[in-house]
Amino acid sequence: MSNTSQSRTPPRGPGGPGHGGPGGMFAASGRPKRTKETVLRILSYMGEFKGRLLLVGLLLVVSTLTTLVRTYSLKPLINNHIVPFIGSRDPDLSGLTRILLGLSVVYLIDVAAIYATNRIMLQVSNQTLHRIRCELFEKMERLPIRYFDTHSHGELMSLYSNDINTLRNLLSQGLIGFFSSGMVIVGVFFAMLSLNPLLTVLMLAMVLLMSKSVTWLSGHGRAGYRAQQKALGQVNGYIEELLEGQKVVKVFCYEQRAKEQFDQLNEQLRQAAVKANTFSGMLMPVTGSLSYINYAIIAIASSVMAIFGMVDLGTVAAFLQYSRAFSQPITQIAMQFATVLSALAGAERIFAAMDEPPEQDEGEVSLVTVRRGEGGRLQQTDRRTGLWAWRIPGAEGGEELREVRGDVVFKDVVFGYVPDKVVLNGISLYAKPGQKIALVGATGAGKTTITNLLNRFYDLPDGRILYDGIDINRIRKPDLRRSLSMVLQDTRLFTGSVMDNIRYGRLDASDQEVVEAAGLANADGFVQYLPEGYDTLLTADGGNLSQGQRQLLAIARAAVADPPVLVLDEATSSIDTRTEALIERGMDSLMAGRTTFVIAHRLSTVRNANAIIVLEQGEIIERGDHDELIAARGKYYQLYTGMFELE
Amino acid sequence: MIKTLWQGMKRRYRRYTFLAPLIVVLEVLMDVSIPYVMSLLINNGIGKGDIGYVLRYGLLMVGLSIVSLLFGILSVRLGTMAGTGFSKGVRERLFHKVQDFSFASADRFSIASLVTRLTTDVGNVEMAFTMCLRMLVRSPVMLVSATAMALFMNARLAAVFLLAIPLIGFSFFYIILRAYPLFQQMLERMDGLNGRVQENLNAIRVVKALVREDYEIERFEQQAQDLKEAQIRAERLLIWNQPVMNLAMYACMIAISWFGGILIVQGQMETGDLMSFISYVTQILMSLMMLSRIFIVLITSRASAMRIVEVLDTPVDLNDDAADPALAPQDGSIVFEGVGFGYYGEERLILNDINLSIRAGETVGIIGGTGSAKSTLVQLIPRLYDVQRGRVLVGGHDVRDYKFETLRGAVAMVLQKNVLFSGSVRENLRWGNEQATDEELEAACRAAQAHDFVTELPQGYDTELGQGGVNLSGGQRQRLCIARALLCKPKILILDDSTSAVDTLTDSRLRAALSERHQGVTTLIIAQRISSLTNADRIVVMEGGRIEAVGTHEQLLESSAIYREVYETQLKGVA
Repeated sequence: MSNTSQSRTPPRGPGGPGHGGPGGMFAASGRPKRTKETVLRILSYMGEFKGRLLLVGLLLVVSTLTTLVRTYSLKPLINNHIVPFIGSRDPDLSGLTRILLGLSVVYLIDVAAIYATNRIMLQVSNQTLHRIRCELFEKMERLPIRYFDTHSHGELMSLYSNDINTLRNLLSQGLIGFFSSGMVIVGVFFAMLSLNPLLTVLMLAMVLLMSKSVTWLSGHGRAGYRAQQKALGQVNGYIEELLEGQKVVKVFCYEQRAKEQFDQLNEQLRQAAVKANTFSGMLMPVTGSLSYINYAIIAIASSVMAIFGMVDLGTVAAFLQYSRAFSQPITQIAMQFATVLSALAGAERIFAAMDEPPEQDEGEVSLVTVRRGEGGRLQQTDRRTGLWAWRIPGAEGGEELREVRGDVVFKDVVFGYVPDKVVLNGISLYAKPGQKIALVGATGAGKTTITNLLNRFYDLPDGRILYDGIDINRIRKPDLRRSLSMVLQDTRLFTGSVMDNIRYGRLDASDQEVVEAAGLANADGFVQYLPEGYDTLLTADGGNLSQGQRQLLAIARAAVADPPVLVLDEATSSIDTRTEALIERGMDSLMAGRTTFVIAHRLSTVRNANAIIVLEQGEIIERGDHDELIAARGKYYQLYTGMFELE
Repeated sequence: MIKTLWQGMKRRYRRYTFLAPLIVVLEVLMDVSIPYVMSLLINNGIGKGDIGYVLRYGLLMVGLSIVSLLFGILSVRLGTMAGTGFSKGVRERLFHKVQDFSFASADRFSIASLVTRLTTDVGNVEMAFTMCLRMLVRSPVMLVSATAMALFMNARLAAVFLLAIPLIGFSFFYIILRAYPLFQQMLERMDGLNGRVQENLNAIRVVKALVREDYEIERFEQQAQDLKEAQIRAERLLIWNQPVMNLAMYACMIAISWFGGILIVQGQMETGDLMSFISYVTQILMSLMMLSRIFIVLITSRASAMRIVEVLDTPVDLNDDAADPALAPQDGSIVFEGVGFGYYGEERLILNDINLSIRAGETVGIIGGTGSAKSTLVQLIPRLYDVQRGRVLVGGHDVRDYKFETLRGAVAMVLQKNVLFSGSVRENLRWGNEQATDEELEAACRAAQAHDFVTELPQGYDTELGQGGVNLSGGQRQRLCIARALLCKPKILILDDSTSAVDTLTDSRLRAALSERHQGVTTLIIAQRISSLTNADRIVVMEGGRIEAVGTHEQLLESSAIYREVYETQLKGVA
């Protein structure tokens, strides 16, 4: 009276997108390379659950034992309490009752153990995933910009949407399934051996055949799966590209050709999927049928032995049940093997991303707010005073407070994003406190690179950039960036209200301050007309604002931050010149007293700069104010007067 | 919903969809008969000591298993054909549908969401489909046939689990019903969390420049915590499934052993029967368990299926069915007659009372403030949107009278946000004209000021762009896009702020080349810089969705206050 061994797998939670994927059980995308380290590392996240995991181990032992006991009890049940009484007029049922009562207790223990295991693992797996997810995000936020240049967003996104979900399958079912299957196999093996060694040998031969066919199928399945993944990648890549360019497709009437190309790729995917899924799908019926064949052969052998009196009926019954109980966990391990492999491969990718070196920060100089005490001496304070200072630790433990004035010097800066391609070639420039410096030049001349170096998105090997006389490599990165407010070419907004988005510049800004900043950037006007004013929700890539309106918000965001130095990188490129003229006064008051770097194509925006620096192919070719450069009749003059050239 | 998904399936795959479950039924019948043969073998073989009987029935069992194996393999094969055919069909229909979408429909779904629907959602639905095809048939058939066998062998004993089945079924149903909304909530939170990651990746420079890493991490952790809680809440219900099912199974076993034992002792039943009864109990309860798992898969794929159907059910709101296939624009003249247009219907028009007539071959500049609907105006010409009021005429006929191919073949447009595709420079240019010769390609590139930099690329015109290839600067991309449009040999050329990243000098060369080589082509140029419009025959000044003034540069300086203002701000300080 036993049953086949229970699948000790808690119900499979939906993994969300990408879960399992179309690859089904062969979702082994890539092979794990450092299995042992990866497993240990996953376990290390479960460290806090040591006690509970130990308990789960015990519960698994209990469950395995109950499986063994209840099957084994078939033998005495049939031999001692049923067979002897067959046909008797006054059967003694007390033995039967006793065994069944005993079994009831065993069953209850088993059910309790299963529930307890599932309950504990529910907490353990979700908490572990939570920790991994949070750590991954935290590490990601701290990676240098360079990392994001070289890794696609899709690649990073799939760590969250795919890899964490396969890991989830491993934690919530694979791990426990593996252990319990292993234990059951060992336990049943010894139980069978004690019942009848001869039948056990026969059984082992059958199991060997079974595992051979499983290995064969899995091998083919994995190969097919890889081909399918490749085809799927191509189809998805095509979809992504064509949808991104949907409007261009329309304009060029490319729809028909796109459909044809897509259908071709889609058919290739189908063929690859047929191959992969046929093999992986066969695993279940094949192992199922083989275990029936095994069952039949054991039945023949044991019956023949029973007829010759070599075994009794009870042993036959128990052994037959054991034979089912033995093959099931083997099937299960075979089916889960691929899941485990793909989860480990995913975990490896997650850990690889976590192990990327974070942004280095060896800075020691920090930014503090100060107020002027008696005699004009600077004193550190917690209040916002609009006055900032660098706190520079001295040689002998003392420290110096130096006012942030916005004095920036570049000295012979040489830089390239990749080693053999120099983008900046010996740039030297200076900005006196409060000056407006414009960077002008063709696309690719290196204007944005200069600002990227100033806020250390990219590091110079040696500091040749001085900020108030301090090598910027000595300044703590967060403080350096806090002292600069950048309005970037590519204005990104966040999901949230208009108010939240502007406040992103300074989290403790009051509503009043936010509205003032919006007024300064001339964003107040259009915000008023949004359905819910400042409470209107914006979407991240949402088309509900025009590019120009987004730029106005980005400027407001910088205004609310109220930093000592401003960097405007094409901050007004999508704002029409009339609106730009309107915000000019706001911008002027924003820039007043602050060192400002301005990058602009539109030269009208840079006319009033204290110095205009003309860049060409990573070198400074001209420097001066507008009048000087016009008078010099150089490159700037050409660029500037380009607009009249055709008249 | 199922109907919509089903409709697009090709007949060939439909056949597989019907055949696969049929074979599964046969397979199940084999599986169910094996325990019965087993009981005969034990009762008559061992019981009577008949070795011949044992061998005969033993081999029959082996035979049945092999037949079941063959059916199993066949059903998997058919199921796979059906499943992959299904997903292929869904993917194809989605893609075709999206290709037929108007700009308006594409705007409504964001591109990112359309991509997810075509990739992840299709994958989820395929998995559910394949699983259902096998399990949704296998489990009930197994349930019914195993019960029938048990009834046939011993009706009284079978009563035991006839009692248990509805109880178990009810509790599973109850659990799933309660879990469903919790799963929905969890999936929503998961989407939200993934959205946050995506947003952070896109805006990583903003996050870093404003030193908001800690803030973002904190927000992420809060959201992840919410997700974790939702996950635990949803799964906490589901973990009851297994213990409930085991409890039921064990109760059945005990009852069957007790009653069966008594029946055997009384000589009303044989030992073999008891053993096969136990097998049937296992088969029946396993199939119930399987059913409850299928429901979970169905719940999770339901959201995906709905998202797919939403796209498929979106009517194509712009079509050329009524157009005359033979009609082609005679020249490049454009007329707007009392045009009114809004993206969100008539109540919120963003273009009002547009009346404008442009002669063939004329060059017209359009200038106006942020949000003055300049782009919207020109997008009506190749009929990317339909007007709500009035009409747009190209070459003397309403744009709605032309087939899309004919109209858009005659109107080349360079969009503000332009895209190049992976492939070589040459392949990209050929989008404009598939039959273009190398000379034509080069000529177009020269005009667009792209030839020089293209020849400097590693493999010239054969250089691969995009993934793994060369990355071009914004200005270079824009120039290639212009070249691509020129290759169409259009009657009307529209440049929608397409030289914003091109420096002034190159820009002016480009315009010179255009006016020189493409005389006779009606050209519309949207620009921020007045300097880009100086060679225009006329300039249209737009303001708040209306035409404020039309005229030559000189006329506008006289008549339009707005134009004068723009001009002065752009000119200020030039010596």
